[in-house]
Amino acid sequence: MNSPIVTLENVSKHYKNLPALSSINLQLAQGEVLGLFGHNGAGKTTMMKLILGVISADAGNVTVMGMKPDNKSAWHMRAKMGYLPENVMFYEQLTGLEVLSYFSRLKGQSTAHAKALLEQVGIAHAMDRQVKTYSKGMRQRLGLAQAFIGEPKLLLLDEPTVGLDPSATAEFYQSVDRLKTQGTSVVLCSHVLPGVEQHIDRAMIISGGKTLALGTIAELRGQANLPTKIKPLGLNGTLANDTLLRPYLIGADNLQVPEQEKLMVLRHLLADDSLRDISVESANLEQVYQYYLQQKASTNPEKINNNSATENNKAGA
Amino acid sequence: MREIITVANKEFHDGLRNRWLLSITLIFAVLSVGLTYFGAAASGTVGVTSLSTTIASLASLAVFLIPLIALLLSYDSFVGEQEGGTLLLLLTYPLSKNQLLLGKFFGQGGIITLATLLGFGASALLLYIQHDNFAIIETFAYFILSATLLGLSFTAIAYMISLVASEKSKAAGMALLTWFFFALVFDLALLALLVSADSGLSQSALTQLMMLNPADVFRLVNLAGLDSTDVNGALAVAINANLTQGQLLLILLSWVIAPLAMASVIFKNKKL
Repeated sequence: MNSPIVTLENVSKHYKNLPALSSINLQLAQGEVLGLFGHNGAGKTTMMKLILGVISADAGNVTVMGMKPDNKSAWHMRAKMGYLPENVMFYEQLTGLEVLSYFSRLKGQSTAHAKALLEQVGIAHAMDRQVKTYSKGMRQRLGLAQAFIGEPKLLLLDEPTVGLDPSATAEFYQSVDRLKTQGTSVVLCSHVLPGVEQHIDRAMIISGGKTLALGTIAELRGQANLPTKIKPLGLNGTLANDTLLRPYLIGADNLQVPEQEKLMVLRHLLADDSLRDISVESANLEQVYQYYLQQKASTNPEKINNNSATENNKAGA
Repeated sequence: MREIITVANKEFHDGLRNRWLLSITLIFAVLSVGLTYFGAAASGTVGVTSLSTTIASLASLAVFLIPLIALLLSYDSFVGEQEGGTLLLLLTYPLSKNQLLLGKFFGQGGIITLATLLGFGASALLLYIQHDNFAIIETFAYFILSATLLGLSFTAIAYMISLVASEKSKAAGMALLTWFFFALVFDLALLALLVSADSGLSQSALTQLMMLNPADVFRLVNLAGLDSTDVNGALAVAINANLTQGQLLLILLSWVIAPLAMASVIFKNKKL
């Protein structure tokens, strides 16, 4: 119960001379949702393939549900894993139901199960139409239904919300939350997505096959030491005269406050009776992500550039 | 086993849906009925010609058609799914590479087998009804069995191509070249060898060389049972070699199993 679903220990993988992953360490607990972030070619898909057991690691250990996923004896547990590949074109001439029934049967599930899943992702109305008539969003929903077959214990989703409209995206995150409460572990692989923060427990940022950061978003934000933006309304420029707040002022009624002093500043502001409204904006995932990527660039001597250095200075001020 | 049946079932239904079964069956039926009744038109008569002439002309046409059809049916079987991304997805399922390969083979092989049986069987039945001669059924049974094995052999060869190729268009080109080699170039080369080797290629050496081409084995199976008066060329020489039809069928069967085993090895080492 408490043993991790997925464990990666010092895992490395390279294609010919190209290193795809180097010394990756990761533990994924049951019911945990991990966001895996990185730009194209960072090694996200390679990591998923390693966990799925489609490829084998060159060094290190991959353990999934206590077994080596690339071992033949571990195949039965594949029925308990769901995977949504980044780009998948399902059989165009088949209907949505036929496609999903085929995949369901391969996992030992019935056609009724496939129908229920199509219902769940909201394309039951189109299940008797050929997949070639589907829109991009419908294809993506079909892919998701495919990943949900057999109530998986581990879900690996590569760019799950691409092509989904906002309401479908919201429905998708609801499904993720529901699966999480059922004890399913999820790896969400993506470029940085707006709105993903509330749904993930931890984030992992990788670049060039190396881990740049791993932790909860709050931890990463703390490590990055990115300031919180506070915009009080109704103070009419009195902030400039406030000795306590003046160092944080970056414009009229616009404060940038380090995370650890956020509450102190807020208390101070709330004590002011003329305050009409206040907006507090912590650094979002996008900024955290950019921060770690820039960190990497500045530790790499070839990639130092003055622009990012001044950016960092500004952010630190 | 359930996995193999599931894949085979899907591939078979794809063959039905794409009208592959219908079109192949029609081609075979028209071909065989046509040759049976009009094969003698060149000699001025219309009507059923001798059984051996019919089988001889059927075999020489089928030897071009069947490999082409089998290659067309199966060349994109793996490379197509690879391009679509479903191959990678299928391999994350509780399904081994061999199960996928065999499932596809049984499904698409089923299409070829059924089409051969229905297409050529139709004219066999027609002839039998008219002549009430059991030899017709027997001869056609050998023909249909060997034609099926020839089709399955090229299905397996198509899988090798489909697993080696990185793109669908490359696989199509390779399939065409393969057909060209086995259907035309091989025999021409053999003939050239026969003519140029003054010392004389021994009959058994020639027959052994022919075993390297499943299309030639197919021809031998069908011509071995006939009067050699209806056959000419290099084949006539080979027919006199002492291989029985049963042995030849076994060789043809190994031409099904060997490419399938090769495809399995290629699949095992394929990078995804």
